[in-house]
Amino acid sequence: MSAEKQDFLQRSKEFWNPGKTQAWQDMEVDLVIDRREGYYLYDMDGNRYIDVHLNGGTYNLGHRNPELVEVIRRGMERFDMGNHHFPSLARTALAEELAKCTPGDLQYTIYASGGGEAIDIAIKTARSAMQKRKIVSLVKAYHGHTGLAVKTGDARFSVPFLSQDIEHEFIQVPFNDLNAMEDALRKRDVAAVLLETIPATYGFPMPHVGYLPGVKALCERYDALYIADEVQTGLMRTGAMWGITRYGVEPDILVTGKGISGGMYPIACTVVSPRCAGWLTKDGFGHMSTMGGAELGCLVALKVLEICQRPEVASIVHYTASYLRKGLDEIRAMYPDFFTGIRQHGVIMGLEFTPPEGAKIAMKHLYRNGIWAIFSTLDPKVLQFKPGILATEFLAEEILSRAEVAIGAAAAEALGHDGGGRRVAA
Amino acid sequence: MDKIIADLVDQPDSPSAMRSEADLILTRAKWASEIFRGYDRERTQAIVQAVAQAAFEKAQEYAEWAVRETGFGVVEHKRFKAEASSRGLVEYYRDHDFVNPRVDHERMIVEIPRPAGVVFALAPATNPIATVYFKILSALMTRNAIVFSAHPASRECCNHATRLLAEVAERAGAPDGVIQAIDEPTIPLIDEFMRSDKTSVILATGGMAMVRAAYSSSNPALGVGPGNGPIVVDDTGDCKKTARYLVDSKSFDNGILCTADSIAIVYRSIAKQLRIEMERVGAYFCKEDEISLLREFMFGAGSLNVKGVVGRDAPLIARDAGIRVPLRTRILVAPIKKIGIDEPLSKEKLSPVLAWFVAAGKSEAFTQARATLRMTGAGHSAAIHSSDPQTVLDYATSVEAYRVIANTALSQGASGLTTNLAPTMTVGTGFFGRSSVGENVGPMHLVHWTRIAYAKDASIDISSFDGKQLKFSGPLASAPSDGVPGEDSGSRAAPPAEPRAPVSPGNRRQAGKGRPVEEHTEVDLRSEIRRLIAEELRRNRGE
Repeated sequence: MSAEKQDFLQRSKEFWNPGKTQAWQDMEVDLVIDRREGYYLYDMDGNRYIDVHLNGGTYNLGHRNPELVEVIRRGMERFDMGNHHFPSLARTALAEELAKCTPGDLQYTIYASGGGEAIDIAIKTARSAMQKRKIVSLVKAYHGHTGLAVKTGDARFSVPFLSQDIEHEFIQVPFNDLNAMEDALRKRDVAAVLLETIPATYGFPMPHVGYLPGVKALCERYDALYIADEVQTGLMRTGAMWGITRYGVEPDILVTGKGISGGMYPIACTVVSPRCAGWLTKDGFGHMSTMGGAELGCLVALKVLEICQRPEVASIVHYTASYLRKGLDEIRAMYPDFFTGIRQHGVIMGLEFTPPEGAKIAMKHLYRNGIWAIFSTLDPKVLQFKPGILATEFLAEEILSRAEVAIGAAAAEALGHDGGGRRVAA
Repeated sequence: MDKIIADLVDQPDSPSAMRSEADLILTRAKWASEIFRGYDRERTQAIVQAVAQAAFEKAQEYAEWAVRETGFGVVEHKRFKAEASSRGLVEYYRDHDFVNPRVDHERMIVEIPRPAGVVFALAPATNPIATVYFKILSALMTRNAIVFSAHPASRECCNHATRLLAEVAERAGAPDGVIQAIDEPTIPLIDEFMRSDKTSVILATGGMAMVRAAYSSSNPALGVGPGNGPIVVDDTGDCKKTARYLVDSKSFDNGILCTADSIAIVYRSIAKQLRIEMERVGAYFCKEDEISLLREFMFGAGSLNVKGVVGRDAPLIARDAGIRVPLRTRILVAPIKKIGIDEPLSKEKLSPVLAWFVAAGKSEAFTQARATLRMTGAGHSAAIHSSDPQTVLDYATSVEAYRVIANTALSQGASGLTTNLAPTMTVGTGFFGRSSVGENVGPMHLVHWTRIAYAKDASIDISSFDGKQLKFSGPLASAPSDGVPGEDSGSRAAPPAEPRAPVSPGNRRQAGKGRPVEEHTEVDLRSEIRRLIAEELRRNRGE
């Protein structure tokens, strides 16, 4: 590590976030990202990393995607964030496009500046529409850190701030358990069920066949709305525009964030059906957000939607997903005692390792080998492995060739011997 | 969407938007080529056969479409070229193996074919369908992906054909995206494709500017230049036959091929007799004042009148030029007195108009033939009608052409349709024509070979390589979509079986038709092609 970097990290601890800065050093990930381009990151010492974290899909289309850069550059010559009170060309244009490309009768878009705020909007909208307070989410859920969103998630992020639910309005049920879901809904006092289509921070456990449609059916039976948190599963990551449609569910409310504005200008969107949109008609001033749906972000988001829907993209996602799976299966066969499972839908992947914190070991060795992938905060035996939707075969092969070495080294560290490593003959 | 917003978002003029559009298509193509290169020969041939068959069946339809859309050429000739560039081409390369290794026992060298990867192909408006067929099949035979950019004037028929063949190829088991077309090619967009590091080789056929751009792109290119074929006729041949070949060749697709004849350079001693024979089979020799009218009509604006003459019927050109000719006229012949930039009629004409130059003898004929190609068409094609091998040899040594067609029709002969030259729609103009390839381009140019070599005195048994198989990975198995009914693997223990049934002759299907591809024997196909050609030539002669 350069002296400059050491000095910088010191200041980071002094002025930004001492705990987090130190934690990364303890995990031996000393990343300070400087320039970035496509799916590559360069740290301030010039080391290059392939980004398969993408900030949860924020950089789906690559860092500083040139088309997005161009849109925002030209946009700035005419627009700024805009005045959130007034009808806006950019906000309405994006809302129209979202209405076109989201499932079912989703129609209105309410804007936020980030995913947490968008979840709060979804919850408020559901409560207003259903005139009920309760929200059901999953054990180990994560939907953001804002006032309502944080209460739907794991205690890890609410309790330290004394912000957990104490009025029993937020119920959490285990994933993939329809009986528990039905028990929670049976009293008909639930306004909405809030689900990430594939829970990211919990390490992408995959919904069982029939689970998500089952939840939707229960919502209909017990008068609750279905809110799909598509922040990490939307925008072609499953090979379809929205993950939820792959499971045959039409939500009442859909939340998108992160990748929607390509990592260029932060906005998030809550798209709602007319059934839920009462407050927009009765009292359009009911919720406000100065930066919500900032117009520059809307312009970028329009371009993101356009790019995602090009026919080549679905094809590239399919190739990337299948090619990486083939290679990872081969690596898995070399280290069967360490690398035990792959959870996958499209380019959403969770790699399972045997040790309870196995993903942290894998993360460290991948980092040493030039790949940046993050462990799952709420299940640290699973590594989130999230390549972009425009990946080339060149990049995919490089990911695999580096991962083969890194996972071998991680297995050796975790198991205390060479952990295998013989390629199984095809 | 309001226009203000649409303009800000679409930015069709922005270089970064164009670069990204090219990049996305090429990324997909690169993926396809990466998988395709792992296909074995049987699987590859099944795809090639299915595509050739579908192309062959559509030859008439696309020939009509091309003539309708571009206004160039003759339907039946375009059909003929399309048929020759589909089943004919595949038949020609039937015994060429671009997939398996070959062992050279003598030199102790083992060679493994390595496909180029992504071929970026251009098709000219003058010869759209045959070029599309030819390039797509050449790419498929060698397990390459191909991206097509049609000339704007023939975009609709070309893109339709490209997409149809893409569909057929994929249904026959080719990787997704192995054949793609560019919706709306523009010069700057094409430039992005040509300059991209994802393009492995550019297969450029078209105008000089496009070919030079291909060579300037920094990527490997097989670019071919224009033609302007001189035909020398000496006094040793059979005038009657020569006359027929000249008229058949010049009228083929109304003279639109780059291999078409430009100037007949005839010995004075036989000029009169040859002229009489040509008039018998449909040539109209223009008189002095008519030559001026024709020159003015064809080149009056300083360059070739594309709309007025290219690929049009001879009587129509004559009428528009103000010349009265019999309706049965197949070609117009314009006697000229000199060859060079100061005689426009000696340039490339892409129409059923033949210049006619009477030479004193061998020396003058040869210098004028050289002059023709030194002006335009260097490295392309030339012809000679002579029964004296020494004359043929001297001519071929003198003239700067890499094909010299002897005693037959130049247009069809140089492109390999009626000779044993490799059938092609891309004629290499070599070093004379500032190109990297001098022969008729074919699939062999889209593959390079990795060579395993041993020391000259090594005592190894090279024959132990005989019969060794390459490890073909075949199609890519689809990754599971966990939780989606029918696509969920649960905790998959082993990679799944290949999604597609291996292709065997028994289940080879003709795409979209549901009936098996006819299993032609080699003899069948060869004789069928001969029959087609003979029929074509008969029609041309008006028999």
